[in-house]
Amino acid sequence: MAAKTHNPKAWLFVLPVVILVAFNALIPLMTVVNYSVQETFGDNVFFWEGVGWFEQVLHSERFHASLLRQLTFTGIILAIEVPLGVAIALTMPKKGPWVSVCLVFMAMPLLIPWNVVGAMWNIFALPDLGLLGRAINGMGIDYNFTQQPGSAWFTTILMDVWHWTSLVVLLAYAGLRSIPDAYYQAAKIDGASSWAVFRHIQLPKMKRVLTIAILLRFMDSFMIYTEPFVLTGGGPGNSTTFLSIDLVKIALGQFDLGPAAAMSLIYFLIVLLLSWIFYTLMMRNEAQ
Amino acid sequence: MSKISLTDMRHSYLANPEAEEDWALKKMSVDWSDGGAYALLGPSGCGKTTLLNIISGLLTPTEGTVWFGDAEVTNVPPDRRNIAQVFQFPVVYDTMSVYDNLAFPLRNRGIAEDDVDRRVREIAAMLELDAMLSRRAAGLTADGKQKISLGRGLVRDDVNAILFDEPLTVIDPHLKWVLRSKLKELHQRVGTTMIYVTHDQTEALTFADQVVVMHEGTVVQIGTPVELFEHPRHTFVGHFIGSPGMNVLPCALEGGAPMFSGMAVPTDHPVAHRPDGERLEIGVRPEFVSFAQQGIPVEIVRVSDAGRFSIVDTRHGEHLIKLLAPEGEELPSEDAHIRFDPGHTQVYADGWMVS
Repeated sequence: MAAKTHNPKAWLFVLPVVILVAFNALIPLMTVVNYSVQETFGDNVFFWEGVGWFEQVLHSERFHASLLRQLTFTGIILAIEVPLGVAIALTMPKKGPWVSVCLVFMAMPLLIPWNVVGAMWNIFALPDLGLLGRAINGMGIDYNFTQQPGSAWFTTILMDVWHWTSLVVLLAYAGLRSIPDAYYQAAKIDGASSWAVFRHIQLPKMKRVLTIAILLRFMDSFMIYTEPFVLTGGGPGNSTTFLSIDLVKIALGQFDLGPAAAMSLIYFLIVLLLSWIFYTLMMRNEAQ
Repeated sequence: MSKISLTDMRHSYLANPEAEEDWALKKMSVDWSDGGAYALLGPSGCGKTTLLNIISGLLTPTEGTVWFGDAEVTNVPPDRRNIAQVFQFPVVYDTMSVYDNLAFPLRNRGIAEDDVDRRVREIAAMLELDAMLSRRAAGLTADGKQKISLGRGLVRDDVNAILFDEPLTVIDPHLKWVLRSKLKELHQRVGTTMIYVTHDQTEALTFADQVVVMHEGTVVQIGTPVELFEHPRHTFVGHFIGSPGMNVLPCALEGGAPMFSGMAVPTDHPVAHRPDGERLEIGVRPEFVSFAQQGIPVEIVRVSDAGRFSIVDTRHGEHLIKLLAPEGEELPSEDAHIRFDPGHTQVYADGWMVS
């Protein structure tokens, strides 16, 4: 083993990035930590609270309810978007002029600003004016996302699937394209069924990109705010109040900065923890 | 097991081939006898892989037919052709163990697990993979993976032919030789027809009983290594096989004898009159050119030492002629003359041997 070189000057080279990270991440985060352990009534007057806000948030039924809604929502959209994205990627053409056409169509939802997506679906799903709302009601199903929690959930999930499945498709498609033809040819010669080709060639080769897709979709959906805020505003009632919507209500609606800061940190730790669990589970086989 | 025949076959990757150069493979009929060890040799882009993929069924030829024995298989898909193929880059099923990789083609064909086990262990022993059967295939080195690809072909006892598409490309040089000897040994043991695509003449000549030389979509010659060396049927074969390649010099015909630069060149392969307009050349390998008292006057341009002989570049007018001089032979200092061995001097018209 070579001896480690000690050169204090090396720190100078990482200094710029340390400063950058400090300004855009650490310092804002520390102000949140600061708020989370104190009580303030404005005018820069603070009273020490310790872990009081954390206890309050962790024991609050309101927080439990939005966390449960959040987990349910993320679970549902992952269960839909990942298999659907892979399925679409599998059916996309591998070469020819249609490749670009498909890719452009797939990329389109990703290019639309999030609040516009919310507004579009809001209008689209209106039970009296919107095409979707009219069509569903026309089929004899009672549908009104501004009044029925079930309809609100259905619309929110449908909107998210429409908005984000493309991301999974594009990543999965990139993974599929990287498989050399020889694999398919060998499988043909080995007499493999199309299921076996998927199970033993395509899925293993897509594993890395799918891991990224799942992580991205998990994190994004777990922090979803803009689209449901524009579509339902968290309602009807609290039925679509996910964690970040609740957080904004507490912080800006009620101006309870202490509990909001504590909740932010708990929220952040949950995302971090779940991402770590996802990543470790999916990469576990890789190490063997 | 049976003979493989390609009859009046040609192939184009274009939808509407018109010009001659639209055809990746020009019209050919080739027979591969049962149990032969063939090498398909040619430079990159000459159509070797296309030809291989037509035999395995990954491609259907634009015209002509493919026969395995008495059965026409032109439109039969690869999994029903009883063919195994080893590709340039090793193909293994990453998530499976070595054992499961070898068992895969048998399980896909619904063979009983007892038989699968017996075959897999037998082949693993033959390929010296038995110690790593339970390991994940993804963790093996390139040569190990290539052995698995080969093993997946060998486990099936119904295989008509094993096709190799430059299988040693990614193998370390010192292992290439080991793997090549292993292939040769396997061929003698299992007796399956093997067709080995390569652009490396050493690989081709050491592996194969019969070498099929391809050039621009055409099979230019099929023969044993000795035939290719001594009687190249096309100037391309002369260039491509042998190091240095064959000397090819323009010539004319006078009364059935080839004339080079106004001098008659004696040959044991006399040529009758040829129609006008053909490009006539004589070909003679450097091994069959020697210094002589009389003959073609040349000046020596360069001598390179190649171990047991020297490669001598000589010049007659604008024509360069290479010859091999045995180690220790005194080279003439001036007034050098060379002669060609009449038994190995051939006449070519438009590239093809006419002697």
